[in-house]
Amino acid sequence: MSLSVALRHRLPGFDLDVSFDAPPGLTVLFGASGSGKTTVIEAVAGLLRPDEGRVTAGDHVLLDTAKGRHLPPNKRRLGCIFQEARLFPHLTVRQNLLYGRWFAPKSAAREDPGRVVEMLGIGHLLNRRPARLSGGEKQRVAIGRALLAAPDLILADEPLAALDEARKAEILPYFERLRDASPVPILYVSHSATEVARLATTVVALEAGKVVRQGTAAEVLGDPAFRPGSVRGVGAVLAAKVLAHHDDGLSELDANGARLLLPRVPQAPGQGLRVRIMGQEVTIALTRPENISALNVLPATVEEVIPGTGPGAVVALSTQAGRVLARVTKRSAAALKLAPGLSCYAIIKTVAVAPQDVGS
Amino acid sequence: MNSWLGPQEWQAVALSLKVAFWATCAALPPGIFMAHVLARWQFPGKQLLNGLVHLPLILPPVVTGYLLLMTFGTKGPLGAVLQQMGIVVAFRWSGAALAAGIMAFPLLVRAIRLSIEAVDPKLEQAAATLGASRLWVFATVTLPLILPGILAGAVVSFAKAMGEFGATITFVSNIPGQTQTLPLAVYAFLQVPGGEAAALRLVLISVAVAMGALVLSEVLARRIARKVAGA
Repeated sequence: MSLSVALRHRLPGFDLDVSFDAPPGLTVLFGASGSGKTTVIEAVAGLLRPDEGRVTAGDHVLLDTAKGRHLPPNKRRLGCIFQEARLFPHLTVRQNLLYGRWFAPKSAAREDPGRVVEMLGIGHLLNRRPARLSGGEKQRVAIGRALLAAPDLILADEPLAALDEARKAEILPYFERLRDASPVPILYVSHSATEVARLATTVVALEAGKVVRQGTAAEVLGDPAFRPGSVRGVGAVLAAKVLAHHDDGLSELDANGARLLLPRVPQAPGQGLRVRIMGQEVTIALTRPENISALNVLPATVEEVIPGTGPGAVVALSTQAGRVLARVTKRSAAALKLAPGLSCYAIIKTVAVAPQDVGS
Repeated sequence: MNSWLGPQEWQAVALSLKVAFWATCAALPPGIFMAHVLARWQFPGKQLLNGLVHLPLILPPVVTGYLLLMTFGTKGPLGAVLQQMGIVVAFRWSGAALAAGIMAFPLLVRAIRLSIEAVDPKLEQAAATLGASRLWVFATVTLPLILPGILAGAVVSFAKAMGEFGATITFVSNIPGQTQTLPLAVYAFLQVPGGEAAALRLVLISVAVAMGALVLSEVLARRIARKVAGA
């Protein structure tokens, strides 16, 4: 089943006009604040009535303004995860988890509560009330509550934005599991390139109410013209597989045949993962460098050089591991005569790959 | 007990409790509904409705009593219909309860409305996205969270109903055993020579009932608030 969204809505300052499909898996609706992504998710949830639009989940029509159809939120078969967990304070964790299940049709495909509780690691919290939970625990319960409502569609509205870095790192793996285990599409709103790189099956990038990019995480983040938030967020995503963990704390990965050394990753040997290589951590050399500390040196070909508005430029490099983006100064680009087709080497500092940029 | 209170005094106390109890019970369901309408619904004429609900608070009670008499008296439009059905409220205890309920209604609505406005609408939205219809959202989320407010409103209403004077005496008169509630009895005792002692006893009872109700509501409200806050 997949979600199909087409909306037009007049907002103060700009007009929202978007159209996209969210296939099974996790679709990140990506954009800066004020780009209209919250309006999109509210319209899909039925909390806002757009001027014009059509939203379908599989063959279930949620909204069709042309036919005057506007289902209320409770008829849309949703599981919503909000920025603040929005747990019901007067109910225990167990009652919160089972709340949506009570309203789900008896015929709906139901998740087993025991399995969900185990997946989220919240078994010891069941008899507590939300006021006694930490921020991360609340958000895990909120994920479980959405999942147990037997939804046709899961909506997540910046679910990590209110958490500190440590809590984000705690919750991200649960969304990875949700993405891999959920049979229904997940629409996930975020302004964080890290979350896109970690979670997205599909990315829909919004700017001032328009869809500016749409594709897989690797396609969208690998586009040298794409600036997630700012130019500092530029970083391509590589798919890889764990080969071995070494005794000195490094992990050896196989990215489409190319070897990469990274700080120890949590995945077991043989498991697949995705790694985001930040553009500012990639250096370009014209000859194979010797006697340097960086461990990853990949032969590369320049595909494209996109000068920025400031002193920098983004260079797209094709390597065996996949497309890598490098941020260099325009001065260096000129000195090295970087141009499409030029052979060079991409140097990636091993310790520069942060744990939050490695996901399953 | 009866040796301390004369039969007429005892009657007045019992009647007052009965009138205030039923007035509060009858006002609660429409009061909760009206509070929800005023707190959460958007519609033209909302301010007019708000004014109408608060009317008994600002009108002189005698005027409210007279309006009730015109409406619910045996010759009044509603009173005539009710009489056909065999229900007479004018000059009966039920009429006293009606007057007390109407006078207490604005206070009840106000207390409940404030507590509904304190409930985060985002919680109600979350419940709706999980499949709960408007009615279920109200029953499973809003209602439990506003219980302290409902209780506080009910206690204030009860106290108001116990003390209602002007509208009651105008609408249902001052008939011992029928419509002579506690304040009306105090008034009646003060009109006859030597009635001061009886009046004083009733005043003491009023003070005791009012204080008791207040303490009880505080204790209950705190307990419920603790429970719904989940601490």
